[in-house]
Amino acid sequence: MSALPFTIYVSFTGALLALAVGARSAARARLVALSTAVAGLAITLVAGAGFTPQAGLHTLVDLPWIAEAGIRYHLAADGISLTLVVLTGLAATAGVLFSWNIEERAGEFFALYLALIGGVYGVFLSADAFTLFAFYEIAIVPKYFLIAIWGSTNREHGAMKLVLYSFAGSALVLAGLLWVHAAGAATGFGLGELIAAAARVSPGEQIAMFALVFLGFAVLAGLFPFHTWAPTGHVAAPTAASMLLAGVVMKLGAYGCLRVALPLFPEGFAFWQPTIAWLAVAGILYAGFIALVQDDFKFVIGYSSVSHMGFVLLGLAAGNPPAVAGAVLQMFSHGVIAGLLFAVVGRMVYERTHTRRLADLRALPLHRALPFAALVFVIAGLASMGLPGFSGFPAELAILIGTWKTSPAWALGAGAGVVLAAAFTLRAIQVAFFGTTDKSAAQPAAASLPCEPITLPERAGAMLLVAATVYVGLNPDALLDWITPALQSPVMQAALKGGVS
Amino acid sequence: MSLSVQLLWLIPALPLLAAVVGTLAPRGEFKLSASTAIAALTLSFLLSCGALITALADPSAHLTSNFTWFDLGHGAVRLGWLLDPLTALMCVMVTFVGLLIFVFSTGYMRDDANAKQFFCFLSLFAAAMLGLIIANSLLLLFVCWELVGLASYLLIGFWFHKPEAAAAAKKAFITTRIGDLGLLLGLLWLYDSTGTLLLYDEGQGVLDPVVLAGLGGSTAIGLLIFCGAVGKSGQFPLHVWLPDAMEGPTPVSALIHAATMVAAGVFLMARVFPLLTPDALIVIAFTGAITALLGALIACAQSDLKRILAFSTVSQLGYMMLAIGVGSWVAAIFHLLTHAFFKALLFLGAGSVIHAAHHEQDIRALGGLRGPMKTTFVTFAIGMMALAGVPFLFSGFWSKEAVLHAAHGWGFSQIPFYAGLVAVVLTAFYMTRLVAEVFFGHPRGNGAAHAHENTAAMTLPLGLLAACTILLGAIGTPWWPWLQRTLDPEFLSEPGGAGLMATSIVLVALGLGAGWALYGRKLRQKSAAADPLAVIAPRAFAFLAARMKFDKLYAATFGRLSDTLAACADALDRHVWDGVVRLLARLGRFTGLVNREADEEGLNAGFDATSESIRATAKAYSRAHTGDAHGYLLMIAFGFVVLVFAVLVGGGR
Repeated sequence: MSALPFTIYVSFTGALLALAVGARSAARARLVALSTAVAGLAITLVAGAGFTPQAGLHTLVDLPWIAEAGIRYHLAADGISLTLVVLTGLAATAGVLFSWNIEERAGEFFALYLALIGGVYGVFLSADAFTLFAFYEIAIVPKYFLIAIWGSTNREHGAMKLVLYSFAGSALVLAGLLWVHAAGAATGFGLGELIAAAARVSPGEQIAMFALVFLGFAVLAGLFPFHTWAPTGHVAAPTAASMLLAGVVMKLGAYGCLRVALPLFPEGFAFWQPTIAWLAVAGILYAGFIALVQDDFKFVIGYSSVSHMGFVLLGLAAGNPPAVAGAVLQMFSHGVIAGLLFAVVGRMVYERTHTRRLADLRALPLHRALPFAALVFVIAGLASMGLPGFSGFPAELAILIGTWKTSPAWALGAGAGVVLAAAFTLRAIQVAFFGTTDKSAAQPAAASLPCEPITLPERAGAMLLVAATVYVGLNPDALLDWITPALQSPVMQAALKGGVS
Repeated sequence: MSLSVQLLWLIPALPLLAAVVGTLAPRGEFKLSASTAIAALTLSFLLSCGALITALADPSAHLTSNFTWFDLGHGAVRLGWLLDPLTALMCVMVTFVGLLIFVFSTGYMRDDANAKQFFCFLSLFAAAMLGLIIANSLLLLFVCWELVGLASYLLIGFWFHKPEAAAAAKKAFITTRIGDLGLLLGLLWLYDSTGTLLLYDEGQGVLDPVVLAGLGGSTAIGLLIFCGAVGKSGQFPLHVWLPDAMEGPTPVSALIHAATMVAAGVFLMARVFPLLTPDALIVIAFTGAITALLGALIACAQSDLKRILAFSTVSQLGYMMLAIGVGSWVAAIFHLLTHAFFKALLFLGAGSVIHAAHHEQDIRALGGLRGPMKTTFVTFAIGMMALAGVPFLFSGFWSKEAVLHAAHGWGFSQIPFYAGLVAVVLTAFYMTRLVAEVFFGHPRGNGAAHAHENTAAMTLPLGLLAACTILLGAIGTPWWPWLQRTLDPEFLSEPGGAGLMATSIVLVALGLGAGWALYGRKLRQKSAAADPLAVIAPRAFAFLAARMKFDKLYAATFGRLSDTLAACADALDRHVWDGVVRLLARLGRFTGLVNREADEEGLNAGFDATSESIRATAKAYSRAHTGDAHGYLLMIAFGFVVLVFAVLVGGGR
């Protein structure tokens, strides 16, 4: 448990090391990246194994940083952060495995990649709003370069859009935090101090502050209608970056909402709750419909990501323990499943066929040329549809159970999203992999299709993520045993009590 | 040997294990996959018999074994197994019929390149179906329900190289999922009201009297759960997927879309029967009646062998649902069990015909198969008579009689009863048409001309199913209603019904006679010849042949609505939301340009002017710095004089 901060340090050290050795050899940079990611995953898993579930944050490090402003370098963890750092470890490891073929400026690629990971670990472990904010910014910058340098379609546009959205969001967050700090005469930026300060401001101010902070974070979680950065960003990004983007970066936003916005401003939350819930439901359905008619394979997955993140936001908005526990579980589940989907589309398919247009893929006998990719995509697709046996099912079930308690109408809307998810996922599976129907025509095309076989790192990465979604799907208690006690803490209780309408 | 409820999970676990083994087996290991699947299901069958012995020891008991799946902090989500006569009988039926179909498949799928995978999917399906039956938790039931849907998706789309098969698989999955959404919402509501989804839990389950009384009868919950059954059991208006599902290999049609999976909805309604309020039952009864009539009508005008059987399934499922609605879930289960056997028999018979006739399944192009395929003909005829309700010897007669009897006794309305009677005539009619076209006359196509009887792997299951089709009627006759009393210890066999029985015998005879008069007396000569019914009533026939245009209607309404919504959302995203962002970006650029111009014209001009004047001053100064020492001295001397002068003037004062 107390080793958790080392995930951050190991990642940044790994970044420097990858930069140093990468100049000479791409292979070494890869090895450095893989060992760094695996080390991070190992730390989180060991911490998870020795974790005794408890209510409230468990402090890991607490040092003064900028003493004049009361800013401390304060890291702490509870079951929620633990769930998300394990997810980060998994996504980071799988991402490296799916970037094994990067040759161009590999050292820099992996340095930026690991810096991003370090920032993400930092956000999930911060207990001081300023520290959290600093790590949040650290995570944003490498994304730009990863997309702009190694990306594909329209990469500069996508990268710039994503970064501008992120910075606009963080500007709102910063404004909100400074406001509550000043108006509530806070002694520092620790979450506890800010909560105390927020309790001193008027309800009207709380409503405005909540709007700033929540919206700022929710932009990164893909809240409708501020989601448009997500599909374009995902499409432009290189595989590993889109895996991280969907897998963990979107979770940063949701985590910020849960860790900062809700506990600080319970009254503001109560005011905005129905709005957020309806926006979340709208996002689930809206993105689902768009995914139904996309011609770019990656856009289908990109919009499905937005749709699934709608469930996370809905769970948060429902604001009772089952729904929020489900939302955290869904963050984990979506991180793993979206990573898997992007890996298949970006790495296994696109880098071999050089097309992502479904109309083109339909003509290729992919199920025969790339049976492993087809199998993984079918599994990931089933998981994404929320079928039992995979992590999405208990997560969405818990969200719906909790949402029903708050408002059956929201549950109905979100439930319709499950039907849509089946429709767009099945469409993608059938068109992309099983589109070729003519047996005789398929044979020569298969022979001429210049497909290198699926490599060992790809197989390893896919197995890792499939194992994670199946394990949690069969045994959701593995994570819920961490998450539910964390929601019993007085801070969370106060926020979630305010949330029951 | 009896099987305790704690070990009940073994029944679905064994086929699941077989599915895993089959998946891991190397490609082309058809024998390994098939024999594992058959061995596992045989064991499951034996275990089911053991479970039946346990259940029969005390038919009124509901033995349970519950455990916690996961904990949400506020209330755990619990699952469990349930053993009572309903579970045990269903298990025996599914494993036995399934086993025969597995054996049949070894013959039918022998030459398929992916036969190994086929048996994995079959095993997965059996596991999910058995899990659904033994579930003591509506959530576990829902989980297995979804897995049944998945397995059926994989099996319908098994020949995915056929575009129709791929489309049918997708249609089946999505259509049933619409129903599943209702079921899920019903479960959420129920969970919210009672805090549990266990059926029986030492007095705390949703079907236990205390909780039922506390729930106070909610029609909405019952109807939402019914939505799931409407989807899965092909009831109107979600019946459209079932006939299309015939695109899968025929054993699949037999197992899933006739005998077992579609029965899941009926089973579910029988299971949660105590939850259903009288209002909900009315809706169920009328839905069932409409479905029974509609399926039978459409079946009269189809020309695809499997599609006729598919619509007959729709119609029979309607009967079962009707029975539930009029309050006799026992009759529904009786019909479910007998139907499972004779419909499996009919589908496997159809499979035998299709296999022998080189995948020709248009009844107009078949014909004359009575001679070369004797076993298939005899067994198919037995199945046909059971389905048509030919009296006394066949199980279908007794179970249908039970349903009609219950409908007749329903106090609310007699309309479902009359719908059921009309469907009796129609069923006898279209089945006569089918048998006359396929087995009588002379072959009208290449496939039928070269047909010959299949191997024992295929005929043996037919014989066994035919035997069961005849024998099974004995367990539920009015004189000895063993099944009814076992399922429901409080069952009272009502007296009377002889008149009703006579009526339905007359109706069956009417249907058979009409069918034979139209199709049997003057046999079809050419495959292109018009159907006699189409000659009599061309427009009605065309309407029915087009399946009452449900598919067209749905495509024109829901299909178009979904397309429009999708297009709108896409346009909104591309143009409006993204447009706002682009507008902001453009605004930023514009501000930049304006600022630059302002810089040039305003600020810069000022600065330029200032710096120009500074430069001019500097130039003037630099011009003064001539480097001429004389000039400097002159200036110094001049200055000195001025200073002295000034001092003198000032000092003089």
